[in-house]
Amino acid sequence: MDAAPSHRTDNTQSGTPLLELSNITKEFPGCLANDQISFRIMPGEVHALLGENGAGKSTLVKIIYGVLKADEGRIAWLGKDVSIAGPSSARHMGIGMVFQHFSLFDSLTVLENIALAATDERDRTKLRDKVLEVSHSYGLPLDPDRHVHSLSVGERQRIEIVRCLLQNPKLLILDEPTSVLTPQEVERLFETLRQLAAEGCAILYISHKLEEVKALCETATILRGGKVVADCDPRVETARSMAEMMIGEKLQAPNRAGRDGESIHRLVVSHLSLQSEDQFGTDLDDVSFSVSSGEILGIAGIAGNGQTELMAVLTGESVVPDNMDAIVIDEQPIAHKGPKTRRSLGAAFVPEERNGHGAVPSMPLTENALLTAFRRMGLVRRGIIDGGKTRDFAEDIISQFDVRTSGSGSDAGSLSGGNLQKFVVGREIIQRPNVLVICQPTWGVDAGAASAIHQALLDLAANGAAVLVISQDLDEIFAICDRVAVISEGRLSDTRGIKSVTVDEIGLLMGGLHDLAGSDGTGQDAPALAEAGHD
Amino acid sequence: MDIFVQIVLTVITASTPLLFAASGELITEKSGVLNLGVEGMMLIGAITGFAVAISTGSATLAIFAAAIAGAAAAFIFGFLTLSLLANQVATGLALTIFGVGISALVGAAFVGVALEPLPKLAIPGISTLPVIGPIVFGQDIMVYGSFVLIAAIYWFLKHSHWGLVVRAVGESHDSAHALGYPVIAIRYMATIFGGAMCGLGGAYLSLAYTPMWAENMTAGRGWIALALVVFATWRPGRLLLGAYMFGGITILQLHAQGAGINVPSQFMSMLPYLATILVLVLISRDKVRIRLNAPNCIGQAFRPAH
Amino acid sequence: MIRLEPRKQHSEAMIYLTPVLALVLTMITGMIIFAFLGKDPLVALYTYFVLPLSTTYGLTELVVKATPLVMIGIGLAMGFRANVWNIGAEGQFTMGALAGGGLALAFHDSENALLLPTMIVFGALGGMAWAAIPAWLKTRFNANEILTSLMLTYVALLFLSYLVHGPWRDPAGYNFPESRIFPDAGTMPTLVEGSRMHFGAILALLAVVGGWLILAKALIGFQLRVVGVAPVAARYVGFKEKRLIWFVLLLGGGLAGVAGVSEVSGPIGQLIPTISPGYGFTAIIVAFLGRLHPVGVLFAGLVMALTYLGGETAQIEIGLPAAVAGIFQGIILFFLLACDVLNLYRIRIGWRVRHGGAA
Repeated sequence: MDAAPSHRTDNTQSGTPLLELSNITKEFPGCLANDQISFRIMPGEVHALLGENGAGKSTLVKIIYGVLKADEGRIAWLGKDVSIAGPSSARHMGIGMVFQHFSLFDSLTVLENIALAATDERDRTKLRDKVLEVSHSYGLPLDPDRHVHSLSVGERQRIEIVRCLLQNPKLLILDEPTSVLTPQEVERLFETLRQLAAEGCAILYISHKLEEVKALCETATILRGGKVVADCDPRVETARSMAEMMIGEKLQAPNRAGRDGESIHRLVVSHLSLQSEDQFGTDLDDVSFSVSSGEILGIAGIAGNGQTELMAVLTGESVVPDNMDAIVIDEQPIAHKGPKTRRSLGAAFVPEERNGHGAVPSMPLTENALLTAFRRMGLVRRGIIDGGKTRDFAEDIISQFDVRTSGSGSDAGSLSGGNLQKFVVGREIIQRPNVLVICQPTWGVDAGAASAIHQALLDLAANGAAVLVISQDLDEIFAICDRVAVISEGRLSDTRGIKSVTVDEIGLLMGGLHDLAGSDGTGQDAPALAEAGHD
Repeated sequence: MDIFVQIVLTVITASTPLLFAASGELITEKSGVLNLGVEGMMLIGAITGFAVAISTGSATLAIFAAAIAGAAAAFIFGFLTLSLLANQVATGLALTIFGVGISALVGAAFVGVALEPLPKLAIPGISTLPVIGPIVFGQDIMVYGSFVLIAAIYWFLKHSHWGLVVRAVGESHDSAHALGYPVIAIRYMATIFGGAMCGLGGAYLSLAYTPMWAENMTAGRGWIALALVVFATWRPGRLLLGAYMFGGITILQLHAQGAGINVPSQFMSMLPYLATILVLVLISRDKVRIRLNAPNCIGQAFRPAH
Repeated sequence: MIRLEPRKQHSEAMIYLTPVLALVLTMITGMIIFAFLGKDPLVALYTYFVLPLSTTYGLTELVVKATPLVMIGIGLAMGFRANVWNIGAEGQFTMGALAGGGLALAFHDSENALLLPTMIVFGALGGMAWAAIPAWLKTRFNANEILTSLMLTYVALLFLSYLVHGPWRDPAGYNFPESRIFPDAGTMPTLVEGSRMHFGAILALLAVVGGWLILAKALIGFQLRVVGVAPVAARYVGFKEKRLIWFVLLLGGGLAGVAGVSEVSGPIGQLIPTISPGYGFTAIIVAFLGRLHPVGVLFAGLVMALTYLGGETAQIEIGLPAAVAGIFQGIILFFLLACDVLNLYRIRIGWRVRHGGAA
C-alpha cells in the first residue's frame, strides 16, 4: 500500500489524492440521483459537499461508504481503482462515516454500540479503555455503560464519531452533522474536526449550510440536481455566491398580504404538562402559548425536544384527561378530547411524517382525501361513503394545489415527497380551518413545493386562521412566522416577535438556556450558564 | 418420597419440549423475526424423529434428523418472509397448517407403532442415589441438552459478539445494515436455528415423553412456547422458569386425576391453556416492560434500500 | 440472484393473477406429491379435483363444505384487514354450535317454528361471547389476540368434549359420546331434495354481500382498512382503534358462531365430539386466498371446499391418505404468499455486474 503523504497538503492539488471519484452515476427508478460526478479529496483536507435537499449528496456518500453501488464510474483510493463492496470494506480501507440519522441501537449501551462497529477489538474491557482514551483526547465525553435511549442527540453523535475514530480513519464523512445540534455544540464539533484534520485525517463534510462550510472547509464541491456545478474555495467565496450556485434560480420570496380585522385568540395552550407515552420520549413541562387569528406562530427547536409530544397532544392523538383547560380552541376547552372533537371545532393538523401518518401510502388519493375531511366536507352520510363527492374533493385538492399525479386514483405512495406534502397540506387548507397546526411543513420537499406551501400558509393566516408552525428549519421560521418561541427539553420559551430576535438568541434558547436569552434575564441565569458550559 | 421423585421426573419430561421450542423461538425473535409456525415445526420434528428412530433404530440419528427437518421447515418460512417479504404472521400460520398436514400424511404409516423411550444416561453408582440420583443423574441426553442449550443461549446473547449482532439486527435492522451487517443472512440463521430447536422439541415428545406417534400430538405446545417467550420478556433465565412452570401445570393435571380429585378430565386438560392466557395477560399489561424488552423490529420485513 | 424492485403503484392485474398462479403451482406440486405416493399424477389429479364435481350430489356437497368456510372467512378477512389476527375461529365456531345446539337439546320435543331462528341467534351470540374474551384481553390488557384466541379454541373443544361425554349425552344413546338428534324444528331446511345442502348457504351468501358493503361502502370498513395499514394515521384522524378491535372480533366471532350452529343443525343434526374438520383454521387460508375481499372469499371458499371433498373422494377411489388435504391447504397458502410479492415488487433476475477492478 502507498503511504499517505505525511505533510499537510494545501490546495495546489499535488501528490496522490486520497480519494478520487470519476464520473459516478447512480439512477433510481424515476430519478437520476448522481450524474457523472467527479472530484478528489487530498489527505488532511476538509472538503465540503454542498447542495440542497435532494441534490444527490446522501446518495453519493453512500456510494463512497459502500452502502450503495454506483451504476457507472470509478473510485480510486490512494491512486488505485477500488470496488467498495460494503461498509465493512470501506472501514477496512480507512473510511469512517457519521450518519445524518444515526445508526445507533437505542436499547443497547454505548459500549455495545461501539463494539458493533469496531470489529477488530472483540475484548470488551480493552475496547472500553480505548473508548475512554479516544473520547478524552478529542474532547468527546462519553459514559460507556449508559443506554443510548437515555442520551441527548449531541451525545449520540459523539458515539458515532468516537466509533469512527477508533478505527483511525484516513477519511471521515459527516452527513449533515449539525442539523441536530445547537450553535454552541456545532462550535465544539468543529474544534474536534479541525484537530483531526491537523493530524492528517481528511474530512468530507456534507451540508447545505453555507456559513458552516465557510467556517470549516478549504474546498467545496457544489451539487445541484445530481451534477457537480462548481468546485470552489469557500473561504474566498461569499455565502451569497455559493447559494446562487447551489440553488440556481432565484426563488420567489413569499408574499405577505396585509391583515385586517380584529384578532382573537383561537388556540390557547396554558400550563400544559404531559408525560410522554414513549419511554424514550420527552415530557412536556408547563407549556403555554397562544395563537391569534391572522398570525403564524413558529415553534423552533432541535428534533427530539418535545415537538413530537406537543404535536400529538395538539392533534388529540394523546389527551390530557385531568386538565381540560390546558388546550382551548375557540374558547372550548378540549385537552381531554380526541381528534374528532378538535376537528369539529374547525382545527386541522398536518403531522411531520407524510407516509403512514398524514397519509396512507398504499391507498389512493381519493381515500386519503376522505381520511380527515369526511365530516367537515360531508363525504359520509349515515355511515356510507359518497364516492362521487369524495373523488370531486380529491380532484379539487389536486388542481388547486398543483399536485403532479396521474389522477385521483393513484396511490399516495406513488407521489414524490413534495407533491404528497402539497396534497396533505391542501387537504387540510381546503377544509377552511380556523386553526391549523403544521409540523415541519417543508421537510424533504423540493424548493418549488416549499415555496408553494409557504404561500398557502401565509394566505390561510391572511384569511383569519390561526397557524402554528413547528419547525427545525430556522430559515423557514424567519421567512413566514410573525412570532416565535423555542422548545427545548419539553419546555417552551416566551414568545417573541420575529423582528425582535436574532438567530443567535434563538440558538441559545435551543440549547436549553431558557432564562439567559429571555427578555427578563436576572441573576438566576448564572448557574444555568455555568452548568451548560461545564458539560 | 417416591411420589415426589416421580412428579419431578414427569415435570422434567413435560418441560423439556417446551424449553427447546421456546429457546429456538427466542433466538428467532431476538433477530426480529416472528415465526408463528412453532407448532408446525414441532410436529414435523416429532414425526421425523419418530420415523427415523423406527426405521434405523438409532436415537442419535433420530434426534439429528428431527433438528434438520425443523430447520428445513424454518428455511421455507425464511425464504417466504425474508427473501420474498411475505407477511410473517400469515406465513407462520401457513407453516403450522402445512406442518399438521405433512406430519399426518407421513405419520399415517406409524400410528399404533410402539417405540422404546429414549434411554436414560444412568451413571453407575450415582444415579441410584435416593432422590438426587434419578432426578439429577438419571436423565436422558436431551434433558441435559436442553440445559446446555439454555446456558449457551444466555452466554451467546449476553457475552458473545455475534449474540450482540443478533440483538442489534432485531433492534434496528436499518442501523445494522448501515454498519454493514448482513441483516437477511443473520435472520436466516436465527430462523433456521429456531426451527432446528422446535424440531428437537417435537422429537422429544415422540421419542421420550410419549414414545409413539399420534396426529397433532403437540396439542398446542408450540403456541404455548410462543407465549412463553413473551412471558420471559425475551430473557433466557425467565424462559427456563416459565417452561418448568408450564411443565408443572401439565403434570399437576395428570396427578390430580390420579389422586382422585373429582373434576372432569376435560376441565383439568384446559389448565395449561387457561394458564397461558393468564400469564400473557399478566405480562402484557405492563406495556412499558414489553416495549423495553421486545426486539424493536419484530415482525417487520426488511428490504435493504436499493 | 433475485432482486426485488418496488412498484410505485401496486399492480391491479397481479391482485387477480396471483391466486390463480398459486393454484396452478399447487396443482403442479400436488402432482409431484401424488407421484411420490405411488399414484399416477394425472389420475390422482382428476380424482381429486374433477371427479367430485361431476355429479349434482358432488356439487351440493361442495356447497355444504364451502358454507362454513365462506361464513368464517368473511369475518376473518375483515379482521386481517384491520391487523386483528383472530385465529381462534374454530373455538368460536364450537361455542356457536354449543349455544345453538344447547337450545335445540333443551327444546328437543319442540315443534315451534321459531326454534331454528332462535338457535341461529344463539349461535351468533355464543361465537361473539367467545371472541369477546380476546377482544377484552387485547383492549384492556394488551394481550396478543393470536395466542389468546387460539388457547380458547382448545378450551372450547375440551368443553364440547365434556358436554357430549357428560351432561348432554343422549340418554338413549348406548353411552356413545353423542347428544340427542335435534328436533325437526331445530334443523336447517335443505335446499335441494336428497342433498345435504342447507339454508346456511343462503346465510353465507348474505355474509358475502354484507361484508362487501361494509368494506367497500361503509365508513367503518374504511376505518378498518386504515387501522390495518397505517395505525398511526388512524390515531391521527381519531378512529378509535379499540372500538374497531371489538367490532371486528365480535363480527368474526358471530359469523363463526352462526357457521357452527348451521353445521350442527344442518349436515350433522346433533352434537358429537368432532363437529369440524378444522373449518376455523382452513378459513384463514380462505380469507387470504380470497385477497381479504368478500367476493374473493366466496370463490376461495369453494376452492378450499374442493380440497376437503377431493380428499374424501381420493381416499375412497384411489386410497390417498386423508391428510393430503391439509398439505394442499398449507401449500396453497405458501404459494399465495410467495406470489404476493409480485403485487408490490417486480422481480429482476440476473447477476449485477460489479464496476471497477478487484479490491
